[in-house]
Order: sequence, then C-alpha cells, then structure tokens
Amino acid sequence: MEHIKTVSTRNLCESAKKGGCGECQTSCQSACKTSCGIANQQCENKNK
Amino acid sequence: MIHQYKLNGYNIVLDICSGGVHVVDDVTYDLIGGFESTGREELVDELASRYPDIGREEIDGIYDDVCALKENGQLFTEDTYEDKAGELKAKTNGVVKALCLHIAHTCNLNCEYCFASQGKYHGERAVMSFEVGKRALDFLIENSGSRHNLEVDFFGGEPLMNFDVVKQLVEYARSVEKQAGKNFRFTLTTNGMLIDDDVIDFANREMSNVVLSLDGRKEIHDRYRVDYAGNGSWEKIVPKFQELVKARGGKNYYMRGTFTHRNPDFLEDIKTMLDLGFTELSMEPVVCGENDPARLTEEDLPIVLKQYEDLAKLMIERDREGKPFTFYHYMIDLKGGPCIYKRISGCGSGTEYMAVTPWGDLYPCHQFVGDEKFLLGNIWDGVKNTAVREDFFNCNVYAREECKDCWARLYCSGGCAANAYHATGSVRGVYKYGCELFKKRMECAIMVAIDREFNQDGNTDK
Repeated sequence: MEHIKTVSTRNLCESAKKGGCGECQTSCQSACKTSCGIANQQCENKNK
Repeated sequence: MIHQYKLNGYNIVLDICSGGVHVVDDVTYDLIGGFESTGREELVDELASRYPDIGREEIDGIYDDVCALKENGQLFTEDTYEDKAGELKAKTNGVVKALCLHIAHTCNLNCEYCFASQGKYHGERAVMSFEVGKRALDFLIENSGSRHNLEVDFFGGEPLMNFDVVKQLVEYARSVEKQAGKNFRFTLTTNGMLIDDDVIDFANREMSNVVLSLDGRKEIHDRYRVDYAGNGSWEKIVPKFQELVKARGGKNYYMRGTFTHRNPDFLEDIKTMLDLGFTELSMEPVVCGENDPARLTEEDLPIVLKQYEDLAKLMIERDREGKPFTFYHYMIDLKGGPCIYKRISGCGSGTEYMAVTPWGDLYPCHQFVGDEKFLLGNIWDGVKNTAVREDFFNCNVYAREECKDCWARLYCSGGCAANAYHATGSVRGVYKYGCELFKKRMECAIMVAIDREFNQDGNTDK
C-alpha cells in the first residue's frame, strides 16, 4: 500500500469558524442515557 | 497531539485537534511515533535498519510527507481551543433545548440493577399529571430562545404506565409547536410490557425515536428484568418489540441493553438481538453503587474490551455480507460530526438539558433526580439554584485536569457528569473505568468507519 492514506474528515479547526449554532441533539438524550459521548452526534448546522 | 493504535490490521493515527484520521503502513507508523522525540537523521537511520527492505531514500520521503501533513494542520496540531470552552454555553446561556419528562415514577418491572430504584428514584411512586407535563412543555418553549428543534423524552420508571398523559402531551405540543416556531422531537423509553396496537400506532406516528429495553439473551435479561412476582419479562416483551419495530417502517429506534458483571461477554447478547431481527442496537455498562453485585469489576474489564473489538469485527463481517447493523456507540460521522464547540462543551446536562420530576421539579439530568443537592428549581419558577447550574455550566472538557492529556477528550467531551459524580463525588471528576470503555469504543468506531470508507471506494487493501 501507499505509506499514508488520509481519511476525509471534518476539520475541527475550520469548524471553529462557523460552528457553535447549538442546534444539535443533546448528547445522551433519547438513546444511551447513561454515558456521554458526542462523537456519534450529527451536526445540524445548516450554514456550515 | 496524536494517538496511534493498531486494530484489525489497520495502523491508525489520529490527529486529535484537527480531527484528522490517517491509515499508515508499519514504517510510517513507527516514524510518526518517533517524530516528536527523535531527530530526523537518527530516526531515519533507526528505521532504515529496522526496515531493511525499504530504502533510506524512501524513508526520507515519508519523513517529508509527515512534515507536509504537519504543515498542513493534519498532524501534530496544537490544541488552541481552551479559550473557546465556555463560548457555546455562553452564547446559548439560559437556553433549554431538551427535557427528560419523568412521566411515571413507577414501574411494572422490578429490575434489581435499576439506577432509578425501580423507577421511584429513591422517593415515592408518582405519575405526572397533564397539567405538570403541559407546563413543562411551555417552560421548554419559553426557555428555548431561537432554537428550533426541541427534544422531549418520555422517561420513567415506565412511561407507558401513564400513557394517556403521554398522548395528551404530544397532542398539546403538536397544537402549539408551529405557532411557537418549534419542532418537537419525542422519544419514548419503554420496557415493552404495556406495548399494544395502540402504543405501536402512536409511537410510530409521533416518536422520532423509541428506546426499547432488552438485555439480549433470555437468561441474562430475565436475571434482572423481572416483574414483582419475580417472573422474567423476555418472553412477554420480545414479540411486542418485534411487532413494533416491524411496523416502524425504518424510523429510528434503539434496542438498548444493559450489561453487568453477570454478562461482561455482552457480544453474545448483541448477537441474540441480531438473531431476533433487530439491527439498531445499543448496549450500555450498568450504572450502580459500589457494593452492587451487578457492578463491573476490574476482572471484567479485559473481557469487556475484547467484546468491543469483536463487535467491531462482527460489524465489518456483516457489512460484507450485506447485513449491516448499527451500534449506537460506533456511529461516527467523520465528515459531518459535531463542531469543535460541541466537542468541548460537555453534554449539556444542567444547562440546555434537564429532567422534570412528576411534580415539576428540575434536575440537571435524569441521573441526578432524587438527589436533593442537585435540585435546580421547578417548571413554574425556573432555575433558582444558580450555584448548581453554574457548576454544570462550567463543566467542560478543560475543567477536568485528567482530560487535558487524553487523546479521547474531543470525542467524549469530558464524559458523563453523573458517572463522574457517582465515582468521585464531584461532577468534575473522572470515572476512569468508563474512560477505558469509551476509549476502546472510539478506537473501534473509527476503525469500522475507516473500513467502510475504504470499501465504499472499492479499495479493499489494508
């Protein structure tokens, strides 16, 4: 294989510029209810 | 900061602060591992002797590539977010966007491991009246600012023991949401005992999500999830869940299990769920007191960690067979996941998310209900206990010393305040056992996402 394969990801540094609308789901609401984790959340910002 | 790990044949390098994910070969993996601690000449020499089949020139080239990724902000990115930690919460200060309505502090099951002490939350049995529920919904609308989507979870105890009020509240919310410029998203969490055609029809029409409690194998489920006569509930609920899910027509649901010291080998329970035809799955470590026999032990930890790895492999296998399934904690959208503000803000408990008791008291989240120290106020007068709210307001990933050097901090956002409180006595503590599980879950989730990415591209080499 080639030495490095970079997976396409959302750049967090860039998200600092247009992020923070607060529309996304509250973390453990309506699913696990017992452990926090935000990585599995969807971004709901329509203007990103 | 970076994090490197090897899993299922992949050498994975995470660039924590940019969110970057790279898959590399062995020599590059070692090169990145030594990049910050060893000078270029020495590192290249060392690698040239470790990997004699790869020429020194080629290793030099890899070194240049790594330097380019660093230059480009995709490797060894510095953490510059600390000053932004309070920003999102400050911007949305006082905005409440989600409520957990404790519609019934009573239950028709008597599960020994229940964190809510059989639904009573260490108090008296109670059900929420329509008036209290209506006021809670009004409170949410009034306090939600410009936020459009409002989340309400019907929780308990067993919410279907007060189903008429659930129906009335949804009807009320639907009658006012448009005018208020809001969109209610409802969730019902149920043990399944009272599911009938009416519930199925209602849930599938009105609930954005349904969380169905099933622990997996019959003998595991029936060990804890029993009625007051001690009879297991598995036989009764499984057909009802199957019927509900079948009728749901693709709308969101989670089959949610709890695993305990009794079943650290919870992958078997996940397989049972799959065999029963369920594909949207969640399996959570039990939350219970220190002396509870259900509590997961240090000896359970390696077993549990292995389950997570094997679960990830099973997911990949099933992907290949065209029979994919979802595991809540492995849902990770590398391209469209949460922004940095969300990642450093914490879960929102006590600020944008609160729990409402049957009599209208407000608590930071469902797990604090019944602990008077955390009583925030009520739905008529709002939050009065500003000291507690302040504590939760300041609860973010940088508020915890232990999180500062942790690679997983931007994936977990500092962890669950309730777990932290129960483990350490402080909402700003760290529940280390939970951290170990979380880190493993993230490693697995990212590995599965990588596998999906590469296979979707038709590129199956590793």
